[in-house]
Amino acid sequence: MASLASPSLSLHTVPGRARLAAAAGAPPRRRRVAVVRAKVREIFMPALSSTMTEGKIVSWTAAEGDRVAKGDPVVVVESDKADMDVETFHDGIVAAVLVPAGGTAPVGAPIALLAESEEEVALAQARAQALSQGPSREPHPPHAVAAAARAPPPPAPVAAPATKGIATPYAKKLAKQHRVDIAAVVGTGPHGRVTAADIQAAAGINPKPKVAPPPPPPPPAPPAAVRPAPPMASGAVLPPLPGGRVVPFTTMQAAVSRNMVESLSVPTFRVGYSMTTDKLDALYEKVKSKGVTKTVLLVKAAAMALTQHPAVNASCRDGKSFSYNTNVNIGVAVALEGGLLTPVLEDADKLDIYLLAQKWRVLLKKARTKQLQPNEYNSGTFTLSNLGMFGVDRFDAILPAGQGAIMAVGTSKPTVVADKDGFFSIKSEMLVNVTADHRIIYGADLAAFLQTFAKIVEDPEGLTL
Amino acid sequence: MQSTAAASVSASAIASGGGARSEPARRPGGLRVCGLRGESPACPSLRISQAPARLAVARAAAATNGAVAGSGGFDYDLVIIGAGVGGHGAALHAVEEGLKTAIIEGDVVGGTCVNRGCVPSKALLAVSGRMRELHDEHHMKSLGLQVSSTGYDRQAVADHANNLASKIRSNLTNSMKALGVDILTGVGTIVGKQKVRYGKVGFPEKEITARNIIIATGSTPFVPKGIEIDGKTVFTSDHALKLESVPDWIAIVGSGYIGLEFSDVYTALGSEVTFVEALDQLMPGFDPEIAKLAQRVLINPRKIDYHTGVFASKITPAKDGKPVLIELIDAKTKEHKETLEVDAALIATGRAPFTKGLGLENINVVTQRGFVPVDERMRVMDADGNVVPNLYCIGDANGKLMLAHAASAQGISVVEQISGRDHILNHLSIPAACFTHPEISMVGLTEPQAREKADKEGFEISVVKTSFKANTKALAENEGDGIAKLIYRSDTGEILGVHILGLHAADLIHEASNAIALGTRVQDIKFAVHAHPTLSEVLDELFKAAKVNSGVSHSVNEPVAA
Repeated sequence: MASLASPSLSLHTVPGRARLAAAAGAPPRRRRVAVVRAKVREIFMPALSSTMTEGKIVSWTAAEGDRVAKGDPVVVVESDKADMDVETFHDGIVAAVLVPAGGTAPVGAPIALLAESEEEVALAQARAQALSQGPSREPHPPHAVAAAARAPPPPAPVAAPATKGIATPYAKKLAKQHRVDIAAVVGTGPHGRVTAADIQAAAGINPKPKVAPPPPPPPPAPPAAVRPAPPMASGAVLPPLPGGRVVPFTTMQAAVSRNMVESLSVPTFRVGYSMTTDKLDALYEKVKSKGVTKTVLLVKAAAMALTQHPAVNASCRDGKSFSYNTNVNIGVAVALEGGLLTPVLEDADKLDIYLLAQKWRVLLKKARTKQLQPNEYNSGTFTLSNLGMFGVDRFDAILPAGQGAIMAVGTSKPTVVADKDGFFSIKSEMLVNVTADHRIIYGADLAAFLQTFAKIVEDPEGLTL
Repeated sequence: MQSTAAASVSASAIASGGGARSEPARRPGGLRVCGLRGESPACPSLRISQAPARLAVARAAAATNGAVAGSGGFDYDLVIIGAGVGGHGAALHAVEEGLKTAIIEGDVVGGTCVNRGCVPSKALLAVSGRMRELHDEHHMKSLGLQVSSTGYDRQAVADHANNLASKIRSNLTNSMKALGVDILTGVGTIVGKQKVRYGKVGFPEKEITARNIIIATGSTPFVPKGIEIDGKTVFTSDHALKLESVPDWIAIVGSGYIGLEFSDVYTALGSEVTFVEALDQLMPGFDPEIAKLAQRVLINPRKIDYHTGVFASKITPAKDGKPVLIELIDAKTKEHKETLEVDAALIATGRAPFTKGLGLENINVVTQRGFVPVDERMRVMDADGNVVPNLYCIGDANGKLMLAHAASAQGISVVEQISGRDHILNHLSIPAACFTHPEISMVGLTEPQAREKADKEGFEISVVKTSFKANTKALAENEGDGIAKLIYRSDTGEILGVHILGLHAADLIHEASNAIALGTRVQDIKFAVHAHPTLSEVLDELFKAAKVNSGVSHSVNEPVAA
């Protein structure tokens, strides 16, 4: 059983982009989106130390409109350890400062937008506006992987909130970190004060179970308001078996777990298809020396097939409509020590296999060092999971949230095949199993897609074009 | 021995004629007995004590104390009012010097430090340090440790603090009893020259005479007006140390040592803390650079917020279902700014001298804001600015430097004087420490103080710093946060101040404080060897980093060239 960590941030970012495209008018959508991605870059709050969760902007050394070159210091950040100059990784123009000097932002949150050229400045500024007008929890919470993509919406502000704006120190800190407007949060603490748990609920973060609940203070303060149960209390907890060892989830593992549970709400079905791979194997032998892996070939094949079957590249976001994606971005499941990530090969249909292979190496390296940028793991429109290298002949993948289909590829192994004339021969055969969201993808769609995919795999010359 | 004592008294009496000097403690006066190294052969603190010989003297004294009446018709050579750490230090040294000594205590032996201060707070801080470590998943993980869950039992923590206090108290009592110090119970009052009355309420009072008297009555928490203490939700360190509750949210009024240490304890035990500080910056007493770093390490990452530049003009305890209400007014304009609603408030606005009922009026001494005025030899000054013979005041009651060990050092200094050896304590060599996690410690001047002094006296100062991040032992412990900072005279290499924030800073400061006390200069101490790998190498690095313009220093300070 393979399971996939879905790009948990996808819900966050993609609508952001969509909104941006809308805000910027509606020229050819496809180009527009590509431009946004390529030419306007976000400058993120860097992690300056292993314990840093948020950073304070001491000062901006580059102002809006300044042209900066790669390696130029642009901002001074105060971390939990020291003040440090932070350099930009790209050339460009500082188009918009999202977090002014004196402000704080969690690690990984965008603090400025960098436009590649003058033309993009306006675009970036529009985007900055969109960001600042977005919901209060628009900036990514510190742990990108653990981001609560599916958090319950913040409680609707009550018309006349009982809170007097009194919030505890930690609540204030969290509110600042997650950009929660305290005034809009209804305090459930003693005397109606806003507590850290209230902010966490508003920001959609699972409050950590309090490990050491301090005993109630003896002062005769009668509990004015009983604290509600933690909002995300889910499922019964089984008692541990004696002699066992309990290891809590890492943030990545917690994200995987959450995404897997969420996938249960999607009605899925599966279609399998076997195809011969002798020609693909031969091609692989030829291009192996150039760093192209079997996975890259399969990604390319899937991407080519998807361009012919846009329904399979679509997704159902609201349960009411198809969202056809203009790009073919293929996420590939990668096992990491103690976790699972799906780095995304963007525009896999447009790049040739050598470029894809090169990109893939970079992504893998980043994934292993946990340096993937959000758009590098949450922009997938289709996912591929390959367990062939383990000799697995077939398996079944769980559909990640926000995508229409996921492909599970087994090993290709010599199989006795009979042709229509009754001749037996030995051919390498591979089983491919696709799981899809039946709300938008029907059996025939998937079958047709698999047929196209099989054709490409069985006659792979097109892959190298 | 008795004769020596007598001689010393007359000597100090003679000296007292010109002893009207009363410079503030933190400003080094012209007279520095323990100044530069080798300059003053008579400097008592330089003596290498011949321990066995002294012990023998002490034993002899213990055997005779009480059996023989004090010389000259006095009941005692020395009577100390107040058995805190200052009185205790003085008593021990007095016995060692062969003085017949009594100590009067109206409450419990050990005073504030042992019962309501340094000692129980260290027990709580020991707990908080461990809690903090166990809660820091990142820290544990980086060490390869797995801890499933942590928690604490408030009563057990409180008991630990209480048990520690009683243990230290009995140690203190026993040490004095063993040496033959008479412990007299009751409130001591000075009824006249060299005459003290003491007694418990409901018991007949007794009057004793003493050749010398030391006032060591200490201090109590200072509570500004407008603040109502109920001991449950609004309280001082006296109550807080009993740890009767761990409130969800506590305001700490005052961000000095006491407030900072309690913030460490409370946040480790799960409380959220709000500081209320009257000055514009938190931790106003610290070197600014250290305060800034301390804020980064001890305040910002924790569940703490703060209001600076405000007074808590009114604090009402929780009652009738209402929380603790704290009214904040602007420290300058006195305008109402905000009302805080918290679960508890700890008042840590400093300490007030405990000098009422001492009978000072009987000898024409007027306290200043409650403090007993003294000169640099701790001799009490009367209302006319003259020294009151044979009367000294040490510790918090004189307000020179309100630290337990300063009181003890002052007590020893006084005993030195009455034993015939003039002695002036160099307060700039007294270290101070704040036992947060990590700890903060300091000795001597802060950088702004040193710059002011340098401007006034016309010399250059230099500042060097080292980081705990570069220290092997600190990194092994995964506790690389912290710096050490040295301020010294560029020309002579004299150490003016050392400030440390980092793991075990409180234990590390003594190399620097000893150097200041002994007048060791930085160019000499840099050759001292430090065991590797130890935290002391942070200071080793610090001394080695200092560059002294030696050409000048040699010609000026070493006229007797080797």
